[in-house]
Amino acid sequence: MKINDVILQTVTKIVVFIILTFGVELFLSGHNNPGGGFIGGLVLSSAFVLLYLVHDIETVHKGIPFDFKKIAALGAFLAVGTGIGSVLFGKHFLTQAAGHFNLPVFGDTELSTVIVFEAGVALTVVGVVVTIISTISEDV
Amino acid sequence: MTITLSIFIPFIAAIFVPLLYKRLQSRKIGWFVLLVPLTLFAILASFIPSIAKGETYTHTLRWIDSAGIHFTTYLDGLSLIFSLLITGVGTLVILYSIYYLSERESLGRFYVYLLLFMGAMLGVVFSDNLMVLYVFWELTSISSFLLIAFWYHRKKSRYGAQKSMLITVSGGFAMLAGFIMLHTMTGSYSIREIVASIGLYTDEPLFLISMLLVLVGAFTKSAQFPFHIWLPDAMEAPTPVSAYLHSATMVKAGIYLVARFTPIFGGEMTWFYLVSSVGVFTLFWGSFNAVKQTDLKALLAYSTISQLGLVMSLFGLGSAALNEGHSANSVFYAQATFAALFHLINHSTFKGALFMVVGIVDHELGTRDIRRLGGLMSFMPVTFTIALIGSFSMAGLPPFNGFLSKEMFFESLVNARNLELFDVGTLGTLFLVVAWLASVLTFVYSMIIVFQTFLGKFQPDRIEKPSREASFGMLIAPSILAIFVVGIFFFPNIIGDYLLRPAMTAIYPTLAGVGSLMPRIVPWHGFTNPALWMTVGVVVLGIILYWSFRHWRGIYTLAPLKWNLDSIFNANLVLLEKGSSYFTRLYMKGYLKDYLVYIFTFFIVVVGGAIFLTGSYSFDFSNDAPITMNEYLIVLAMAVAGISILFAKSRMTATILNGVLGYSIAFFFVVFRAPDLALTQAIVETVTTALFLLCFYFLPEWKKERSPVRTKVVNGLIAFSVGSIVTVLALAVQGNKMFESISVYFEDAYRLAGGTNIVNTILGDFRAFDTMLEVVVLFIAGIGVFTLIKLKVRKEERDVEDQ
Repeated sequence: MKINDVILQTVTKIVVFIILTFGVELFLSGHNNPGGGFIGGLVLSSAFVLLYLVHDIETVHKGIPFDFKKIAALGAFLAVGTGIGSVLFGKHFLTQAAGHFNLPVFGDTELSTVIVFEAGVALTVVGVVVTIISTISEDV
Repeated sequence: MTITLSIFIPFIAAIFVPLLYKRLQSRKIGWFVLLVPLTLFAILASFIPSIAKGETYTHTLRWIDSAGIHFTTYLDGLSLIFSLLITGVGTLVILYSIYYLSERESLGRFYVYLLLFMGAMLGVVFSDNLMVLYVFWELTSISSFLLIAFWYHRKKSRYGAQKSMLITVSGGFAMLAGFIMLHTMTGSYSIREIVASIGLYTDEPLFLISMLLVLVGAFTKSAQFPFHIWLPDAMEAPTPVSAYLHSATMVKAGIYLVARFTPIFGGEMTWFYLVSSVGVFTLFWGSFNAVKQTDLKALLAYSTISQLGLVMSLFGLGSAALNEGHSANSVFYAQATFAALFHLINHSTFKGALFMVVGIVDHELGTRDIRRLGGLMSFMPVTFTIALIGSFSMAGLPPFNGFLSKEMFFESLVNARNLELFDVGTLGTLFLVVAWLASVLTFVYSMIIVFQTFLGKFQPDRIEKPSREASFGMLIAPSILAIFVVGIFFFPNIIGDYLLRPAMTAIYPTLAGVGSLMPRIVPWHGFTNPALWMTVGVVVLGIILYWSFRHWRGIYTLAPLKWNLDSIFNANLVLLEKGSSYFTRLYMKGYLKDYLVYIFTFFIVVVGGAIFLTGSYSFDFSNDAPITMNEYLIVLAMAVAGISILFAKSRMTATILNGVLGYSIAFFFVVFRAPDLALTQAIVETVTTALFLLCFYFLPEWKKERSPVRTKVVNGLIAFSVGSIVTVLALAVQGNKMFESISVYFEDAYRLAGGTNIVNTILGDFRAFDTMLEVVVLFIAGIGVFTLIKLKVRKEERDVEDQ
């Protein structure tokens, strides 16, 4: 079944990038403002869901040739991995560290290891949501 | 640190095996794997001199402070012996397997499992923390399961794997319960700390129960009667696996546990009687059953059971030494433990060699049935020599190491008869007689292995393959073991001084210097020694029984002997499956409506009951904030949407109305100034609505259900009670401050976690462990959905499992 909805498709082309950017912004701002890995991941996956709705699965897969299962696995690995990483530095499991750095373009920036953990969360959410939705729809 | 690392090296190597195997695709992968145990053996062997001086090594990785669980490794004499066996026999077995397995097998998988096992086994013997030990203990069961089922297309392999898994893992559970009881009593998971403080707790009611539970774990793992039935079925595994796991290492984990726990439970009468009598009976039962076997590997399996019983009984006898404190008598009894450790090493050498020999026979001739074998000596001279050495050692004949430890075993039994402790008296004599009879039977089956396989008439018509000597590579490993069998006989005190004596201190920490008090191991004790005459008796009666086997084999068909434990196990398994499927069918009706009724009834009973019992239905409105216009509006919208769902004509309308409910909650969050929650709620609502729409395709047509009035009344009642309970709950939460609020702690988030968004610092820092596990659960759920849908068996496809 091919749906040919020109208006929706045209709008989606632009909107998807706005949503994706918004997702990344939410993800990055999570430490001090509303946002974070879980929400960021959900927003990113809602962008993909929108793509699936507007185009068919094959087209989307051609455009985004990622295996979302692997993305989910990578996410879970990162989340658990940061925990083990802190053990390697002699700290307790899942201890996070943060510090301020003076970067050339961004000025005084706070960098934190929690971002890796949050990235793991985000990737898992994206991977799992997209995997579930695409698998169920492929089963038709 | 080295010790901790040595546990992980096999695991790390296991990660690389599949990568390497992809490129290599040949038996060369074995050489890479061989490096792992070889290196570990060299590293561990370098500890021998310092351990012999009485040093011990401890290393702790702090892990979960709140639960007292740390990754502590501990190297002393006892763990050194076991670790050397694990890596040493492991090296030889892998060397042997390189030539044994054909290149068509999935070698990558095989070596991954084997390395997994090796790491787990090292973990068991090095762990000082009971919980860590338990995890590794179960990991050995799992890797054993995988290895037994290596040829998983065979039905018998799968049966054997399942059986061994069921028995050893249930034993492991019992052991876990025992460990937790020990923790409850002593407040520690560290074995060394428990050993130091156990004297205070021997009168506790839990003490005896925990002892019994730990013993169940040890007995299941070490195949002691009546749990031994899994070992013969485990012989479906490839022969290198049988040689490694099911004779040299894994089955000795139970013995290790008994040795390790002797300082904790030893000296108690129950421990002494249980360990020694179960051991002696297993010794007899195993050897009695071994004689009737016609499959060489099954014969070796029963003989392993019997030998494990021997070692177990010696540890039982030796534990008596702890009852008397430091005295001449206790040193006397401790000799049994000394013999046990010695026989443990000897058994690994000769049984390993024998397993490899049987593997060679099977590999070259395609059969292990002794009725079809015979006369192999003429064209397999090397294999024959190794088999001869191994069997004669097992039978307890000089000049092989089995003779030494067998004599020590007899001596310990004679000593035990004179034991004044625990009123041994006549039971000691019974032990002696049963053990001696078992040794006679051991002699008989040892002779069967050698003479019925390698001597006699060659039967070429009953053998499928052309017969020739095995390749050189396959003979290396058993030859090395055979050299050890002979070498240990001539130089037993090298082993005695460097390995056994330091281990004695580990088992008897309260008897200072007990290792140095052990007598030197000598082959000749003079004519007055009863052990010598017992050996002579074994040989004489053994030869008579061997020659007259045809005349007395009838006893195996006598009624009570035919009635065996296997059939009880199988009947139980069937009963269990039937029972659980009957019980499951009782409530799994297949109607979503029924499941909702279960869930809501449970909710009503538990939550409603809790509110009723605690009497927390008093409301207090004084602290509540005033309700604004916005909130009234949102509630109104939600109420309208909620009621309209009931009258919706199409599923689409219902879904959209449901969405209204969800988005309204998001608005509520906005009104209450919780932007994180509002964002999450809005997006989750969007994604679930998409998912809903997707599932439309699979749902039946939306139509009105006609149900009898009674059902309607019950449903209405449930709906009403759930609604009122939720309302009461929401009001009661505000009215009853039972605990101090914890939110103050999180307000300090910036200083504690370096973030100003409290919600996210809770998710990513304060409660990161929860978040991590949630992520993992989410991932598992996703993979679950994927596999359930992608890999479900289509109707036209046949079940491919049975071949």
